[in-house]
Amino acid sequence: MVPVSFYLVLSAILFTLGVVGVLLKSNALVVFMSLELMLNASNLVFITFAAYYQVLSGQLIVFFVMIVAAAEVAVGLALLVAIFRNKKSVDVDQMSSLKG
Amino acid sequence: MNFTSMIPYLVFGVLALVAIASAAAMLISRDAIYSALFLVLNFATVGVIYLTLGAPFIALSQIAVYAGAIMVLFLFVIMLLGGERFKPSAARRSHLVFAAVLGIVFLVELGLGLMIRYGDMTVPAAQAPGYASPTSLGVELFSKYALPFEITSLILLAALIGAIVLTREGKKEINSGEPETLPNKETNP
Repeated sequence: MVPVSFYLVLSAILFTLGVVGVLLKSNALVVFMSLELMLNASNLVFITFAAYYQVLSGQLIVFFVMIVAAAEVAVGLALLVAIFRNKKSVDVDQMSSLKG
Repeated sequence: MNFTSMIPYLVFGVLALVAIASAAAMLISRDAIYSALFLVLNFATVGVIYLTLGAPFIALSQIAVYAGAIMVLFLFVIMLLGGERFKPSAARRSHLVFAAVLGIVFLVELGLGLMIRYGDMTVPAAQAPGYASPTSLGVELFSKYALPFEITSLILLAALIGAIVLTREGKKEINSGEPETLPNKETNP
């Protein structure tokens, strides 16, 4: 089998790509996708340690993370649709009405 | 090292390469629809990695929930809003160097932290037969994690109601600008 550290490094790389996506992309939909990528990278760590320690709790946490991610996507996309109705855009640079 | 002991490394290498390349392609591509499709590929690849880690049920629900349901929702909203046409503005381009430096620093930090803590863990033990079968997962879920399971139903209900309320037409305060002024009027009579 492959060492645990390989999976951890893969997960770290995927998480970093998600962070860079949140920082860089101006399309709010792609920012959401980067968030999903980060959740997925953390799920990979959970599954890796579940396999290493032979406990099922890690896999069940992933199950709960998936449920929360689904709820988050539903509410987030609804928010985006509502924002798009007001601003006619999903550019995050234009969602700056709340800055002080 | 003979060839049969190298096979897991080869499989992992190919899967990791596809996962990283599709994640990077998601960030690089201009069209939001291509981004969504690359993300589907990434989710499917990570699902296969879950299979190699002995989590078949989670792998299949990953493909069904993430690559299926969530990404269909994404594609639907992208096509509904016409989100694929938005071009990156000039200000964001100048963030590229900044974000790259921050990303590299973050990656090194995360990698070092993980390696110092967990670098000595070498090989996942061979899984016992029946480990992580749907039956054992279900028994664990409905005995040890029964309360969190019930709470997730509340979360899903709240998300359902929230999504319906947020996207509802008809109501003026949602439809026409400035929804944040109305609660003020109600709380300061």
